Amino acid sequence: MTNHIDLGTVLRQTLSASLYSNLVTRPTGLAVRTQIESLLADTLATGRALTVIDFSHVSMIDFSCADEIIAKLLMSHGAQGLESYFVFRGMTEDHWDAIETVLERHGLALVVERDDGVEIVGVLALHERRAWDMLKKRGRLALADLPIESDEMQETVRDGLDALCRRRLIMRANDMYVPVGELA
Amino acid sequence: MTTVIKVPPSLDEHTFEQVLEQVAGIPEDAKMLLDARHTKWASPYGLTALLTLGQARGTRASFAVPENDETRSYWSRAAFFYYAADLFDLQGVVPKRAASGESQVLLPITPVTGSEDVHQVVGHIQEKAQQIIATELHLEPKAIVGFAMTLSEVCQNIIEHAGQGGWVMVQTYNYRQRLGRRVVVIAVCDAGLGFRRSLESASHRALPDRWDDAAALESAVMRGVSRYRDPGRGQGLAGARKYIGRWDGKLWVRSGTARITIIPDWDDDAPLLEQLPYFPGAQIQVTIPERAKR
Repeated sequence: MTNHIDLGTVLRQTLSASLYSNLVTRPTGLAVRTQIESLLADTLATGRALTVIDFSHVSMIDFSCADEIIAKLLMSHGAQGLESYFVFRGMTEDHWDAIETVLERHGLALVVERDDGVEIVGVLALHERRAWDMLKKRGRLALADLPIESDEMQETVRDGLDALCRRRLIMRANDMYVPVGELA
Repeated sequence: MTTVIKVPPSLDEHTFEQVLEQVAGIPEDAKMLLDARHTKWASPYGLTALLTLGQARGTRASFAVPENDETRSYWSRAAFFYYAADLFDLQGVVPKRAASGESQVLLPITPVTGSEDVHQVVGHIQEKAQQIIATELHLEPKAIVGFAMTLSEVCQNIIEHAGQGGWVMVQTYNYRQRLGRRVVVIAVCDAGLGFRRSLESASHRALPDRWDDAAALESAVMRGVSRYRDPGRGQGLAGARKYIGRWDGKLWVRSGTARITIIPDWDDDAPLLEQLPYFPGAQIQVTIPERAKR
């Protein structure tokens, strides 16, 4: 199931005043994240869920809000072992400074949707980066199809793909690895 | 007996220390007159720190307003008298506050007590800062977003740590004395807990052997230490530091009896000062200079 959450709308619903388009302050971040969790509660109960978080109508986000919304959302879903995937849409350079800082702080990564496809940004280990590059190039990947020269290399890529799966940065459908955004 | 405190002719973050030195020995309940009659200029830090001084005093002090017409008019447009009237017995001619929208001040003195105030401050600055930062300071457009983020984080410092409200003001001016260029300045002052007491309230962390206001400032500003157990905390000031460094700016943080400064190449301030006259709460100034011509 795919959800679409417009952060600008959630922000205006959350705050008493409807004029704000900035995600600033920790209390605001907490309120917005609580609203997102509540919107996702029903769909998560049914199993795998993909959620598009849309920044298109958000002017800016500060460090505190980025930590409270993005970092805590990713960490809490990861810790609970939920099969919950996120794709971040409409993220611009204006949002990136704060988001990059919190991803680095917590060692997190996320999937962003860009004009030319999806990308994983944030903190990735070398084997995860290699595996992602290979998956992105091929579109979808079955282990049996890996064009790998050595067993050692095959193991590295498989470990990388499995790690990305555990981090909910890619999906596994039967024996295929698939970029998350492909299904958004 | 009333003790007269002389406010310097030019009031900024440095000369405000002269005010604090005079106030240092005066008991909380003693009568005090802040004499600003001969003051001709005040920075955002000077104005917000004066209000903070009024807030911090146990007994309502008197305040003699500047005699210079232009100074009085500017202080009025900056909303100083509007808030000072609640804290001081004002003496002298106090101009009426200009109607909203007439002020040329980038952000007049604005009280910060909650999250909603930060939203308003950031929204206001986004409207007005674009022209100032791009046209007057010749910085790239992305500097505007970073500026708003920095403003947001330093204002939140009040909400998160002060335990009471404070003030923020933003203005641009020509910083001839030290730099010879224009600057945009954020000043945020409160008379609350201050960094040391705020960090002491964290029960989960043992305090180091050397623990005073200077150590608390080093922990919070340089190492991003927070009183909260949450590892995501403490990123606000760290992020502000990153922004300030990128745009060759200066960060000044005073709390209690100490002051720490992140110093750019164009300035020769001391990085850390201790044993200053005690002043409660935290006072923060961010200075972003006009890009130097090549």
